[in-house]
Amino acid sequence: MIYKIISKAEFKKFIDALVRDNTSFGPRRVDTDCRGEKVYQFLQVASFNDIAFDYTATASSAKHFFLPFCEELSRFVFHDQDWDQHITYETNPIVLIGLRACDISAINILDDVLLNGNFPSPYYLGKRKNTFVIGMDHLPLPDCFCKSMNHHTVQTGFNIFCSDIGEEYYLAVNSSKAFNFLKEFNTRDPLDEDNCRLVARRKLISNSFLSEVDVTGLPSILDIEFDSPVWEKWGNKCLNCGTCAMVCPTCYCYAVEESFETNLKGATRQKRLYSCNLVNFAEVAGGHNFRPKNGDRLKYRYYHQHRGFAENDNQQICVGCNRCGRACLTKINPKDVINDLRMEKESCMICASPSPDRT
Amino acid sequence: MHDMRFAIPRQDINREDFASSIPDFNRKSEIMKTDKGYKCIITNIVRLTEQEKLFRLRIIDTRERNIFRFRPGQFLMLELPGYGDVPISISSSNSNHEFLELCIRKAGHVTSALFSVVEGTHVAIRGPFGSAFPMDEMTGNNVLLIAGGLGIAPLRAPLFWINEHRDRFFNVHMLYGAKDPEQLLFTYQFNEWKMINHITLHTIVEHSTAGWQGKTGIITDLFNDISFDQKMTYAIVCGPPVMFKFVCSYLDKAGIPMNRMFVSLERRMHCGMGKCCRCMVGSTFTCVDGPVFDYWSVMNLKEAI
Repeated sequence: MIYKIISKAEFKKFIDALVRDNTSFGPRRVDTDCRGEKVYQFLQVASFNDIAFDYTATASSAKHFFLPFCEELSRFVFHDQDWDQHITYETNPIVLIGLRACDISAINILDDVLLNGNFPSPYYLGKRKNTFVIGMDHLPLPDCFCKSMNHHTVQTGFNIFCSDIGEEYYLAVNSSKAFNFLKEFNTRDPLDEDNCRLVARRKLISNSFLSEVDVTGLPSILDIEFDSPVWEKWGNKCLNCGTCAMVCPTCYCYAVEESFETNLKGATRQKRLYSCNLVNFAEVAGGHNFRPKNGDRLKYRYYHQHRGFAENDNQQICVGCNRCGRACLTKINPKDVINDLRMEKESCMICASPSPDRT
Repeated sequence: MHDMRFAIPRQDINREDFASSIPDFNRKSEIMKTDKGYKCIITNIVRLTEQEKLFRLRIIDTRERNIFRFRPGQFLMLELPGYGDVPISISSSNSNHEFLELCIRKAGHVTSALFSVVEGTHVAIRGPFGSAFPMDEMTGNNVLLIAGGLGIAPLRAPLFWINEHRDRFFNVHMLYGAKDPEQLLFTYQFNEWKMINHITLHTIVEHSTAGWQGKTGIITDLFNDISFDQKMTYAIVCGPPVMFKFVCSYLDKAGIPMNRMFVSLERRMHCGMGKCCRCMVGSTFTCVDGPVFDYWSVMNLKEAI
């Protein structure tokens, strides 16, 4: 990694030049929600001024550039009594500007899931490889808990990461392509005082977290608490709408559907993002549903995010952005669910130790 | 002017730029195995019961046919273009490279469409996926094959394997239960299995009808008829989820170690590659780590059966 300092005026020129010649996406304000807060989304941008660099967090995550809601896997063309299958992995290069550290961490987790193992996904790889990522640090929202998940900083998975140190940006340059682009602009090597300002900035971010979730030993707590009444309690609130999985930066479960084209000359095989909270997620042919109750499905979501993944890949899949908590119609918040679960065990009547105060 | 120099070139996706861990795989062969299906022709369709048909498939391309290999217990994704793909366990012998046999129950959208196709239709298969029964590990032991209903379909592959290597096993018992006599599958092969392959076959039905000569009851009743040395017996169980519980707990009590009981689980898989998470049980993918599990693993999986 190479570190550079760039002034904000020069950074604007850099972004403008990059945006002009590439299909670029950045945070833009789209609406105001019922609480009067601004709603941001990643949308296509045409110049520096389109980008809301002071945004808090986007409502949906950046995963949709890699995992679209609906993606064509293959196409069948019918002729006579036969058919041919066509697959294309081609994608157009895009630039993503202004991703937060947790968003980039989420993409790194998706890399682990989708590019490792026996069957790496070429669809995802094509998109990932053709994406130029510019990260941007930020002060956390009151309900962010990325620090608890250790995703408030990020080391890899971006081309450039910008830290705001007053009048300048402290750039971490992580690819040769990004370095070559930057050569055209006035940058300088960081001095001691710049490093100090960066450390101060990081400390400020780290100390600004108001929400905390204790996730130590969570996988085993989830194991012990498999039949906990907590699941039923939160499950009864759940509406099975699947919003949490749609906004989650790491949820990648999907369904494969096939449909004929209306002229009956072809058929497409599509992948659609799905949610484990939807009723028929675990339904098998014949109608048997392996997770018939709301609580079962909600539990499964937490299991996958915090335990199953921890077992397979040695990390929890949740990055702590709390998009699901913000988007949930019935205010199911991962922080509350996890704390509730922990309390359930720690305040149980059999245990000798008194329960700690609820935060 | 910063003109075209800033355009990011359309990249060869095999070239590394910044992602730290690049998968090391030969793309073409992987694509062949996973996304692109082998084109097959349905050469024969046999109606077994009202709900089940046996399809015989032949991979059209000679080279593809030669490289397609599977082990008993594995499954494949059968695709009917335009309708979708379904996971189907292979129920033919793995030494037979000429054709594949799939026993399919009419249960959902795709299988209903499959029931209306005629011989000569072209379909696609992807796979094989999943784990297999450890047939080599069972060598030199007794084998108990326990099937309920359609569970005989995945058991046919290990049964073929046993029949072809009959000298490597001692006593082979096959316990087979169904709802009623009409639901018994592969009845035309029963005599072959008994007479030629010396497999002790016990069948039982829940509801007998007129003309049924055999036993009536549930499958665990058949355990009274057989005796086995629990120190050198392997069990393969396949059937509806409720059957696993009773059969496996019986075998456990009878003294067969949990790691010698194998079950084949059923989930609705959408990708077969451990990516879509539809078949996930706890932290385990039924499509990659399974569908064949030993009972010890199943006991450790929550909500598995």
